[in-house]
Amino acid sequence: MPRGGERRAAPGAVRIHRYNPAVPRNRTARAAVLGVTVRRPSAGKSSSRTTAQSRRRLVVGILVLVALVLVTLSFRESDNGPVSRAQNGAASVLRPFQVAADRIAEPFRDAYAWVDGLFEARSDAEALRDENESLRQQVVQAQLAQRENVRLRELLRFRDGPRLPDGFQGLAAAVISRPAGAYAQAIVVAAGWNDGVRVDDPVVTADGLVGTVSRVGTRTARVRLLTDDQSAVSAVDLVTDAAGIVRAGRGPRAPLRLDRVPKEAVVRVGDTVVTAGWESPRFSSLYPKGIQIGRVTSVGRTDTDLYTQVQVEPFADMSSLQAVLVLVPADRGTG
Amino acid sequence: MSAALRIAPLVFVAAVLQVSAIAGARILGAEPDLLLVTVVAVGLVAGSIAGAGAGFAAGLLVDVMTLGVLGTTAIILTPAGYWAGRYGETTGRGRRYAAPVAAFAISIAAGLGGVAIHFLLGQPVSAREALVTLLPSALLAAVLVLPIVRLCRVVIAPPQQYEPARRVELV
Repeated sequence: MPRGGERRAAPGAVRIHRYNPAVPRNRTARAAVLGVTVRRPSAGKSSSRTTAQSRRRLVVGILVLVALVLVTLSFRESDNGPVSRAQNGAASVLRPFQVAADRIAEPFRDAYAWVDGLFEARSDAEALRDENESLRQQVVQAQLAQRENVRLRELLRFRDGPRLPDGFQGLAAAVISRPAGAYAQAIVVAAGWNDGVRVDDPVVTADGLVGTVSRVGTRTARVRLLTDDQSAVSAVDLVTDAAGIVRAGRGPRAPLRLDRVPKEAVVRVGDTVVTAGWESPRFSSLYPKGIQIGRVTSVGRTDTDLYTQVQVEPFADMSSLQAVLVLVPADRGTG
Repeated sequence: MSAALRIAPLVFVAAVLQVSAIAGARILGAEPDLLLVTVVAVGLVAGSIAGAGAGFAAGLLVDVMTLGVLGTTAIILTPAGYWAGRYGETTGRGRRYAAPVAAFAISIAAGLGGVAIHFLLGQPVSAREALVTLLPSALLAAVLVLPIVRLCRVVIAPPQQYEPARRVELV
């Protein structure tokens, strides 16, 4: 047996050394530091820890710098610049993946929307019954007015601006990217330059106006929604002919605003707001006349305001768009 | 297979799902951000450099797919991945609630950063709307990160098998 009570360790066993109290437990900090026999590394050489830290900072610094350069280039250059072209090319490559993901997610989205809709179904049914009643009466009146309108136009040889659907063809496109976050009021659709889409083309759904094309790639296009602060649409109250400009509300989920409506103009809650579609010798509205935008939900006037405050709830639900129609002038060729 | 090759598919799938399927969805007032959560999880599991790289790549992918200003998302997600990695390497190492804490804090920081970046670029931002959704979104991120971290551990760093010592002998 070895001296001092030591035994030979068996093969495969873990060896644990007993604590050797060479330094007293009540030692001072000074004694503990000075008593260390390990040599300090020289000040000139950096330790591996410092090197790793420097490497980390260097990598993240370079990545942030590259991102900043990309932001600057992408923000300053035109749509035909090299960065934009590269981005468009990459977007075309990624498009099939986006379409596939959209199709996979569609049943789940529908199921969620169905469950969500159940809670509102009862109140919706009541409102729709009332609306149906009034619409029936309006249809009869509209048919009479339309006949009279046709007759009067013939008498006056009336010349009109572009009006939907005349002069436009609807290009159906799937929505492959939806607004993400409070600061991205835009969608991406699976149709682009090759399909005849151009910047400023109006985009609609069966419910109403959605926005305009703000950027065109080869096979994809970015659509600025009505809820974006940069959107502005000249519009009129269908009932009273009060004109104004439809702009985004105070937040992405807030109703739209009908701005610049004179105080003397009459606007009532429940009125439908449609695109004005004006045309002058030099300029014309981006939107054809008569596309429905939304319904007036509140009207307010104060003594200090210059204009009437009108809020409009859009007919199209911007948060659940799945497919849209891009309105392409009929005389425009593709490619 | 190197870690980068294992991380790349994760980030790609998360980016495509975020842009095409999840964006715009609202759950109890929160906007789920699968991509940010994935970047945080990658940072926690694979370290700060991998986190920063994943954040940069994820941001570029989103900017390309949404045809937005290139680099705006990358500039937010790169520090997000880096910070998650640093937290995982230092204070959060071995802590049970490191992932939810990191996801919550980074989600709030990324939200504020997003508002600041878009404001600096002169793009209209509804700060009120962003701030209103910030807290519920951060809470949702803290919940989402748990299964994503587990998935990342399986994909990026499979657990190594150690042979346990059969006996412990005091010598």
